[in-house]
Amino acid sequence: MLQVAAQKRRGAFALDAQFELPTPGVVALFGRSGCGKSTLVNVIAGLLKADSGWVALDDAVLLDTALRIDVLPERRRIGYVFQDARLFPHLSVAANLRYGQRRAQVPPFVGIDLVADLLDLGALMSRRTHQLSGGERQRVAIGRALLSQPNLLLLDEPLASLDASRREEVLPYLEILRDQLSIPMVYVSHDFDEVLRLATHLVLMESGKTIAQGNLSEMSLNPGVRAIIGADAVGAIVESTVIGRDPASGLLRVQVGHGELKVHFGHAANGAKLRVQLLARDLIVATQAPQHLSVRNTLSGAVTAVMSDDEDSDLIGIDIGGTIIMARVTKAATRELGLAPGLPVWALVKTVSLRPHPI
Amino acid sequence: MMWLSANESQALTLSLSVAARSVLLSLPFAVLLAWVLTRRQFVGRTVLDAFVHLPLVLPPVVIGYLLLLLFGTRGPIGGWLERAFGIELIFTRNGAALATAVMSFPLMVRAMRISLENVDRGLEDAARTLGAGAMDRFATITLPLMLPGVLAGAVTAFSAALGEFGAVITFVSNIPGETRTLPLALYSALQTPGGDAAAARLAVISCILGLGGLLLSEWFARRVRRMLGA
Repeated sequence: MLQVAAQKRRGAFALDAQFELPTPGVVALFGRSGCGKSTLVNVIAGLLKADSGWVALDDAVLLDTALRIDVLPERRRIGYVFQDARLFPHLSVAANLRYGQRRAQVPPFVGIDLVADLLDLGALMSRRTHQLSGGERQRVAIGRALLSQPNLLLLDEPLASLDASRREEVLPYLEILRDQLSIPMVYVSHDFDEVLRLATHLVLMESGKTIAQGNLSEMSLNPGVRAIIGADAVGAIVESTVIGRDPASGLLRVQVGHGELKVHFGHAANGAKLRVQLLARDLIVATQAPQHLSVRNTLSGAVTAVMSDDEDSDLIGIDIGGTIIMARVTKAATRELGLAPGLPVWALVKTVSLRPHPI
Repeated sequence: MMWLSANESQALTLSLSVAARSVLLSLPFAVLLAWVLTRRQFVGRTVLDAFVHLPLVLPPVVIGYLLLLLFGTRGPIGGWLERAFGIELIFTRNGAALATAVMSFPLMVRAMRISLENVDRGLEDAARTLGAGAMDRFATITLPLMLPGVLAGAVTAFSAALGEFGAVITFVSNIPGETRTLPLALYSALQTPGGDAAAARLAVISCILGLGGLLLSEWFARRVRRMLGA
């Protein structure tokens, strides 16, 4: 368990943050630029002094201002991947990687071969850092942080300085790290797609404060998240279980709530967990069981809430068997269908609009 | 050096030796002071800064005189050095090195500070999260990255040391073979009837030396920049 609480004033800006992350896990600090995400990460790393605060990782207390405990950053065993990589320009890639490894205070559990393998660094070893592309720089920075044998990895918008195609050069590696090494991560981002792919938990920040937190499924329904990512990106993120492959279509069948979805996905064993985002704008709501439609996916459930989203549309919460999904409909549709809490409904979604990710 | 007279070659080698000693003596102190003045905030920083720059604005004679007071055989520091270590500064080439070191110190510190201010502190933070303590960070990150400034400072100070006159002649006098460096030899030649030709030759040697130093420093700076990948 990672526990963080921190208060800090700097001029007009006030940080007042508190969150917890079950370990191992990946928590995304999510919010608009300038909301204090990086400040909070620097407090966790110890690079910035909090006015008051408390940082603990499992049994180790790293910061407790009340007891005047403040472990030096170089002794916290927290790896930090900066937005601008911060590779040492006078050292080769290999020497950069070994910098933290040499200074590790514990017997290494992450070796240079493993890191080179996971991050595909083999061909870069003898290069100078200024010969690397942006994506390569970040991969080296991630490897360097991992080799310092950290108990926790902080990633401060590691992809923000890369263009979209370069991001794809790095993101899969981060997914591999999450799946193969059980190092908890704090991932700072203002890009919800990255969060969706990497995070297990989400802490929402606004003007220096942590305003909501929870696992990704809970948080996908949070109005604060909706406010940042916009109406078109909002949608429930649900956990599903692989139950087989549909022989006719070749699509993967996954169970969600007490219903079933068919999704495009490569190999996955039965019982494996997939995370599926159901964009609210892509859901169709029916008050009768639909027939004769091309839509592959029909989920039955009951309306839990009708929330006004903007002047024209409502967000309809639907319980599909212990799992809540959200659909966006016009206010006119809400009226005509008589959508109200408790009403049995069917939610329809096209397979092509479903985006499954492994967890 | 067959094309130089015995006196000329003596003055030249002495100048080089004094300048080298002076640079070696002041280098560690200059690095320390550059770091303190750039990275530390403390009461009296401005005063310390001004004090370091004093030799730039004071007449060299004054520096020579102050050195005599402090480092003379009966001075508080000079007396102690002689009693404790048997080091004599007055009328010796080590004394000449001390005088030139004091005079060129501000130039050296200045060059290093400019370089240190350009070192990205984010890199030091990164080293910190990788487990490097304060001395470790300085030795492995800060110092290598400020190396262009250290070298520039050393070369500038070396060149200035070759030409130092006032403080040297005041503190350690003008003793052939011991403290008569190139500028002092040139001065002596001018004072000697019929020494014009000798003075001219010494002036040419000084010019060649200075030009060589400048070219060498430029070459050095380029190499270091390439090493740092800039």
